Amino acid sequence: MSELSLSDVSASQHEPPLLRVTGLSKSFGAVVACRNVSFALWPGEVLGVVGESGSGKTTLLNCVAARLQPDAGRIEFQLRDGRVAELFEMSEPARRMLMRTDWGVVHQNPRDGLRLGVSAGANVGERLMAVGARHYGEIRGAASDWLRKVEIEVARIDDPPSTFSGGMQQRLQIARNLVSRPRLVLMDEPTGGLDVSVQARLLDLLRGLCDELRLAAIVVTHDLGVARLLAHRLMVMRGGEIVESGLTDQVLDDPQHPYSQLLVSSILQ
Amino acid sequence: MSEQKLRVIGLEKGFTLHNQGGLRLPVLHGVDLAVAAGDCVVLRGPSGAGKSTLLRALYGNYLIEHGHVLVRHEDRVIDLATAPPRLVLEMRQRTMGFVSQFLRVIPRIPTLDIVAEPLRKLGIAAEAARERAGALLERLAIPQRLWSLPPATFSGGEQQRVNIARGLIAERPIILLDEPTASLDDRNRAIAIELIDEVRKRGSAIVGIFHDLAVREALGTQDFEIPHAEAA
Repeated sequence: MSELSLSDVSASQHEPPLLRVTGLSKSFGAVVACRNVSFALWPGEVLGVVGESGSGKTTLLNCVAARLQPDAGRIEFQLRDGRVAELFEMSEPARRMLMRTDWGVVHQNPRDGLRLGVSAGANVGERLMAVGARHYGEIRGAASDWLRKVEIEVARIDDPPSTFSGGMQQRLQIARNLVSRPRLVLMDEPTGGLDVSVQARLLDLLRGLCDELRLAAIVVTHDLGVARLLAHRLMVMRGGEIVESGLTDQVLDDPQHPYSQLLVSSILQ
Repeated sequence: MSEQKLRVIGLEKGFTLHNQGGLRLPVLHGVDLAVAAGDCVVLRGPSGAGKSTLLRALYGNYLIEHGHVLVRHEDRVIDLATAPPRLVLEMRQRTMGFVSQFLRVIPRIPTLDIVAEPLRKLGIAAEAARERAGALLERLAIPQRLWSLPPATFSGGEQQRVNIARGLIAERPIILLDEPTASLDDRNRAIAIELIDEVRKRGSAIVGIFHDLAVREALGTQDFEIPHAEAA
């Protein structure tokens, strides 16, 4: 068979997603922040969420991170043993354990994700202790490895992050999150407060880590350049709804929805 | 007859500019095309005929509105018009390569790693991937002292050669070329042509846009004239 014909087209195969969000809605009083949002995320996939302030992207992230309880909808996660659990149907301790082990949250402001008063090493080691590590030497060893991975000099391991630059703090926050080998990482404007030169380095690092660890990630950003470099797929949100989604370069180079077109055409070149 | 790698059936593509009062620009209409292993199809047509649009639709970069783009992806046949994004990305890693006019990469990464990346994504060890990247850069006359630098500061011609190396290194079964030699001098153009032709002879199917007559004559095995889209 050497000719290609329509009758030979394979049906697409569906492996189960790591995360599936169905019909998620959330309002604050009369303000609808998310309206009937549905999407799925597979292992190794970085999903970008873009849209202007007030589009609902951060509310969506906060719901998925279980920091906000949605008014409606389901958030299902495939656990390490293959079972699928709904986030808000789990017991509180089970959900907390999941958050500490299998999920990471990288905040825009590293001060929200770090403990500034304790050493860099302790910031990284803490998550390991939360999953039961007790051997001091091993915890310190893992912390050193991770500092190296995120390009922080190991000599700084005993310094508190309050003495670090913004870019270093952000890299430390990433190390703190990834040390427990989470399978899903949620990021809210991870390069938001950084200088452009520091941004590129961080993006490069994040991209490498996502690849290497086959991490699934949701990255909320208003920066389409960040989205292009980091995200495999993109969702464009407006007024709490997903107005368009697809392959990142397709959404950015051939946007279909009027709002996506406006967003793309508004980038300063 | 060689095995078909790519087949376009009744492809239509236009652009609706919602912020220009919904202005509709039809570009492609009724495009049918088949490309087999060892073919190099040259897209022809005046400026604005839709050559780049077709090439981008073949890569999944532009959304296919109507019609089909069938791609042989390993032992399956996939229609790009309906393939989910994840599958399109997988196809780009293993089956389809695109060499654009301009290099678009993350800042800060050394040239050698940029060229080696497609092999790394196929699971080839860093050392072996770098070795092959180096060999390719050497053939394309990129001096070794530049390999450890990011290409952002390179000349246009050097960047384009890095781009060619990155696009060809994995020898994917389908390779799409958009003016890959536009800013090269004669000598480097000849080297690029030789490389592309070798990859074709080893069985890749190539579709390209080449404005330069010499490049067309050296590489093309057939021409494809883009049919006129009817004005809406």
